[in-house]
Amino acid sequence: MARNISFRDFDWLLLTFVLIICALGVVEIRSATLHTKFAGVHIKQLYWIGGGLAGMFAVSVLNYQMLLERVHWMYIGAVASLMSVLVFGQKYLGARRWVKLPGGNHFQPSEWVKLILILAVAKYFADLQQRELSWSDFVKAGAIVGVPMLMVLAQPDLGTALTYLPIAIIGLFLGGVRWKQALIVVMLAGLAMPLAWHHLKDYQKQRLVSFMAPDADPRGAGYHVAQSLIAVGSGGIWGSSSGSQTHLAFLPEPHTDFIFAAFSEEHGFVGALALLLLYFIVLMRLTQNAQTAPDRAGTFIVMGVVAVLTFHILVNIGMVVGFMPVTGIPLPLMSYGGSSVLFMFLALGMVMNVRMRRFVN
Amino acid sequence: MFGRDEKLSPIRLTAVQYVILVIFLFLAYGLWRLQVSQSDYYSAAAEKNRIRNVPILAPRGKILDRSGRTIVDNYPSFTALLMRDSSRDLNADASLIAQGLHMDVKEVRDKIRHFASMPQFQPIYLKEDITMDEESFIEAHKSELPELATIMAYRRLYPLKGFLAHLIGYVGEVSEDMLNQAQFELYDPGDVVGKSGVELQYNSVLMGKNGSRQVVVNSHGKEVGKPLDEKPAEPGKPLKLTIDVDLQIAAEEAIEGKNGAIIAMDPHTGEILAMVSRPVFDPNDFAVRISKGEWNKLVTDPDKPLLNKAIQAQLAPGSTFKIIMATAGWQEGVAQDLNVHCNGGAEFYGRRFGCWVKTGHGEVDLTKAIYQSCDVFFYTLAEKLGIGRISKYATDLGLGQKTGIDLPQEASGVMPSEEWKLRNFRQKWFAGETISVGIGQGAVTTTPVQLMRAIAAISTDGRMVVPHVADPAGLPPGYLEINHYTDVKNIPIDSTGWNLITDAMGRVLLPEGTAPSAHVPGVDIAGKTGSAQVVSLATRAKHQNNEALNQNGWFVGFTPRRNPDVVVAVLFEGGEHGKLAARLATQVIKAYVDKQRRQPTKMVEKSDGKVEIGSLWTDPGADGDGQKLQGGRFSVNLPKQPLPLATAAPGLN
Repeated sequence: MARNISFRDFDWLLLTFVLIICALGVVEIRSATLHTKFAGVHIKQLYWIGGGLAGMFAVSVLNYQMLLERVHWMYIGAVASLMSVLVFGQKYLGARRWVKLPGGNHFQPSEWVKLILILAVAKYFADLQQRELSWSDFVKAGAIVGVPMLMVLAQPDLGTALTYLPIAIIGLFLGGVRWKQALIVVMLAGLAMPLAWHHLKDYQKQRLVSFMAPDADPRGAGYHVAQSLIAVGSGGIWGSSSGSQTHLAFLPEPHTDFIFAAFSEEHGFVGALALLLLYFIVLMRLTQNAQTAPDRAGTFIVMGVVAVLTFHILVNIGMVVGFMPVTGIPLPLMSYGGSSVLFMFLALGMVMNVRMRRFVN
Repeated sequence: MFGRDEKLSPIRLTAVQYVILVIFLFLAYGLWRLQVSQSDYYSAAAEKNRIRNVPILAPRGKILDRSGRTIVDNYPSFTALLMRDSSRDLNADASLIAQGLHMDVKEVRDKIRHFASMPQFQPIYLKEDITMDEESFIEAHKSELPELATIMAYRRLYPLKGFLAHLIGYVGEVSEDMLNQAQFELYDPGDVVGKSGVELQYNSVLMGKNGSRQVVVNSHGKEVGKPLDEKPAEPGKPLKLTIDVDLQIAAEEAIEGKNGAIIAMDPHTGEILAMVSRPVFDPNDFAVRISKGEWNKLVTDPDKPLLNKAIQAQLAPGSTFKIIMATAGWQEGVAQDLNVHCNGGAEFYGRRFGCWVKTGHGEVDLTKAIYQSCDVFFYTLAEKLGIGRISKYATDLGLGQKTGIDLPQEASGVMPSEEWKLRNFRQKWFAGETISVGIGQGAVTTTPVQLMRAIAAISTDGRMVVPHVADPAGLPPGYLEINHYTDVKNIPIDSTGWNLITDAMGRVLLPEGTAPSAHVPGVDIAGKTGSAQVVSLATRAKHQNNEALNQNGWFVGFTPRRNPDVVVAVLFEGGEHGKLAARLATQVIKAYVDKQRRQPTKMVEKSDGKVEIGSLWTDPGADGDGQKLQGGRFSVNLPKQPLPLATAAPGLN
């Protein structure tokens, strides 16, 4: 494989749209935290974005083929790091999700595991050389994603665990899952639901109940949902002049999970729709890159990123507009938070990596 | 089979794109639903979230006596609050808070736990009406305990030791049932309203109107920025009573330690000058929040401290009723020439009725019958008049009916008649019952205020006033017309008759009367004693040591005998004899007279502050033996130092 890759083939258009969304996010973080104890975190977010960009370029020059060769080691490393969280993790708000690193930083491995899972699934399906999936392949592919997912569930972190699911789904779908298989799995999942409910933590049950009937307990669990709906709704078509839901702190977590609600309140239906459009353009551009990928593995990698990104957007914005329960999943590229920003840019780095090698063959 | 580098099926990739499109349309629909179709609803909800109406509490009006001295005031009372928006561990601070506020740590923790499920912006009410040093504790620990805060509200400050308590009444939070009544529909839960006495009667005058302030608050309930709109509170108007604090003090002192009631009234206007009932409660206990135990104690006390006996006790008037009998007898032309020989009792309708003087009064006419309180005379008079005529005059004089005094829950008493008995007991009136009624026993019961009003009417040429405690001049327009406080009804009474009766009453306090020990030298008091059985004499003999069955002493009197300035009624429960009640009444009358006498109005005050006095003296004549009477008027610069009068009700100056 010749080293005839160049940054001319880098997807500058995609990067432009991504950076526009990031910029809107930084402005909104600043606006939402202006008079709170979080004031100034938008500067930190800028550092994360800068770091993410550097990481993206770094990942993009590594050959993804080389990464795929070593993915089994990476996978083992991922499982080991999740294990270390379960054993040594810092308990925070009732869950072990973080490992304290020397130097006072916190590390949440479950975000990085996503990247490795995307590669692992891509590698698995790229190596499969048949049009239709056999049951044993189906179970194996499921296990690749299922094992880390169960470990994250044990932390417990239902939200992040769910974000692994689209990686498996997109892999199975593109890998040639049969309708019969899909149907059987969906039915089995449906049967397992009551059992799963039984194993949910109390706060998770409460979130689900409050999603079903947000007015049942407006000051309790339904409070976040209700305040989010008010924030979005009071934005109207052109945005609310006072922006009181965000600025008077009625909206919880306006710079992290509910940043889309804060943005919608300030910029109204027109602004929110424009933001959705930006995300849509990014996703369409990504799928286009998947189509032009040099090989099956490249397509799987890019589509894995598309799946995770789409799932995040659906669950987060769906939560903000009251279609989805509160799960604590951030809005990629906008929500404040280092792990989320770095994951997104490293994932984009892999996409760039694939794209820059589209003419390699 | 296809190769490792074979491209994936483009159909599935396109399918993914369509799935993404559907997801985005779904999200866009979600936004449209909230931001376009239901935008008004959510805008209103946001408005409701951030704009809050904060009430500005209106202080209640003061209550003043007839010369403007304060009887009831307000004081700023602080309540300690625990704010929960600060990021402090409240349970860890609980012990320090408990120590500073003199509370139990467990109590503080219980309150925190109790409020745990309530919204964060709602503060926890830790302790009401905190003391000064608790307040300074909060002030001093602002940095260590930022979660502590206080709010101020005006509370009622009542005089000490239940001074005038029954008349004033007390306030409390408006109750659930009250809110359901039409007259209280404008009140909000938590409003403080009058619950008894003038606090209840004149609540609409005293209460004032709360103002409000529209403020923008954040999610912690903290005010942000300037208020949007402010409507100031209208304080309640002061209420001026007809009560004279000096006379009230005299009445309270007179009855201290005894059970019963004293009322003093101006018989010309119906202005109540003093009103006491004993035993008493402390209305300050109600000003914050009365505990259940204390309330139960008040309600179950057999001496009924919550009852205002001056207007609510319904008891047999005893011999004081003889004045009404005398009036009826005179008006009917029966009493003028009635002479009775009393030998300690007489037989009527086959039953012997005894006189209270077992040896008898001898020959008795109307005058002697009054000052000696001869029962046989009035038995005879009652027999001659019959219950119909007695009832007519007594009813004309207001017995058995409410007087219309401006206090809540006045009792009406009973003036029996043939119809009354038929209506209430479905029985015929027995003629023998009339004889008992003749001396104020039997079925007749009166309240002290009723009895006082009847005697006042007899002493003032039949002038029936409506007793009232609020100064009509200070009341809002319309009040008087609706409540008829200043209405006067004239009962025609023959002037020779009431002169003779009041002259006879004047002799009650002389050596030949029934209450010589109550005599006050130099004060012309006319009155009538009475003692009324609580139970029959036979029952009483069985329970000789039961004080509750002792006879009640009564006295109704006025001064001066002609055209009186003040009329006083005393009910001395368990006082046995009317002369003891008379002594209480004369204490009040003496205080009244003393006060009148030291008023400087009786002297001619000149504009320069000097007082003109006249004087007579003798001069030895020029030759030394004759004496010459000289006279003249002098202008003297008297250091005007009025004797000390109360400046306010006890505990309020």
